[in-house]
Amino acid sequence: MDSDKKPYWKLFTSTFKLSACTFGGGFVIIPLMRRKFVEELHWIEEQEMLDLTAIAQSSPGAIAVNASVLVGYRVAGLPGALITVLGTVLPPLIILSAVSFFYTLVRDNAVISMIMKGMLAGVAAVIFDVVITLGGDIVRGKRRLPIAVLLASFVAVRFLHINIIVIILVCGAVGAADTYIHRKKEDAGQ
Amino acid sequence: MIYLELLWSFIQIGLFSIGGGYAAVPLIQHQVVDTHGWLTMTQFADIVTIAEMTPGPIAINSATFVGIQVAGIAGAVVATAGCVLPSFVIVMLLACVYYRFRGLTMVQGILQGLRPAVVAMIASAGISLLLLSLYGQQTLPDEPGGIDRIAVCLFAAGLFVLRRWKVNPVCVMVCAGAAGLVLYSVF
Repeated sequence: MDSDKKPYWKLFTSTFKLSACTFGGGFVIIPLMRRKFVEELHWIEEQEMLDLTAIAQSSPGAIAVNASVLVGYRVAGLPGALITVLGTVLPPLIILSAVSFFYTLVRDNAVISMIMKGMLAGVAAVIFDVVITLGGDIVRGKRRLPIAVLLASFVAVRFLHINIIVIILVCGAVGAADTYIHRKKEDAGQ
Repeated sequence: MIYLELLWSFIQIGLFSIGGGYAAVPLIQHQVVDTHGWLTMTQFADIVTIAEMTPGPIAINSATFVGIQVAGIAGAVVATAGCVLPSFVIVMLLACVYYRFRGLTMVQGILQGLRPAVVAMIASAGISLLLLSLYGQQTLPDEPGGIDRIAVCLFAAGLFVLRRWKVNPVCVMVCAGAAGLVLYSVF
């Protein structure tokens, strides 16, 4: 990153636009951020984005807010984090302020509900696109452990409804154990 | 005074809603309806509906809504700030730790264990949204049928366009919204 010219304005406009489009809550912003900051702007690496997602997931508060703090901090330090939070919080603040004055009208509006239903299908497509890309990377890596962790955590979160924090802790421990065993083997081999 | 109460209530909501999204709903209800009586239960149910159909995290949306009802725009700003403050501090600390120690082999190992889990969580969230889009609920219905054919087409078209040409996701969402308006009004 160019140190004398930090991309504050770009950070603000990017997070503002992403936040304004984050229907469906929580996770939706992650694929959008990944597309913007990893693929388009190349400010963050693919692996790093997954790490940041894990941190955002396991911290209290809204995932969208947490993820933007992390992205802002990564790109431009504390001022960057403040700017991205502002960019993320402003759209809902503005929209909800407007909506709260005539919310019954919006709630019962047929046109708005049709647009919302269409957008929901679009959001689902965006998330599946990301899952295919990231999941494909893991499967193509051809290591048994990550594939097993992927499947096991999917079952745990989807069907067993196990708390996300627990899953993150367990998978972190599995990764640590795997590293420890590898190191032991290398030591023994020498 | 009311501003301080709003700030403190939403700091608690921000601090204890772990896991994001709907984890915050019962906490908000406890603070806003049960403890302070700022909203009635009906108003609260309306907030949840609105939070679903407007962009942004549900905690931020309800902070804004409650703040406005209780103390106008200034109230909305105070409540939102309170809601964001705990996450901001905690996430910043974790970010510092991450960037300081991520070079270590052990930390690398832990993070490698986490990555597939994160992908699994995104997949699960995607399936919930897809089911909501196709069936209007987040679980599979007991009986087959009742599937929203228009949503199926929009989803398939969106996914195809994204995979084939790597178009901008926001563009896909906006186009799906426009197409939804046209298709749902025609059929």
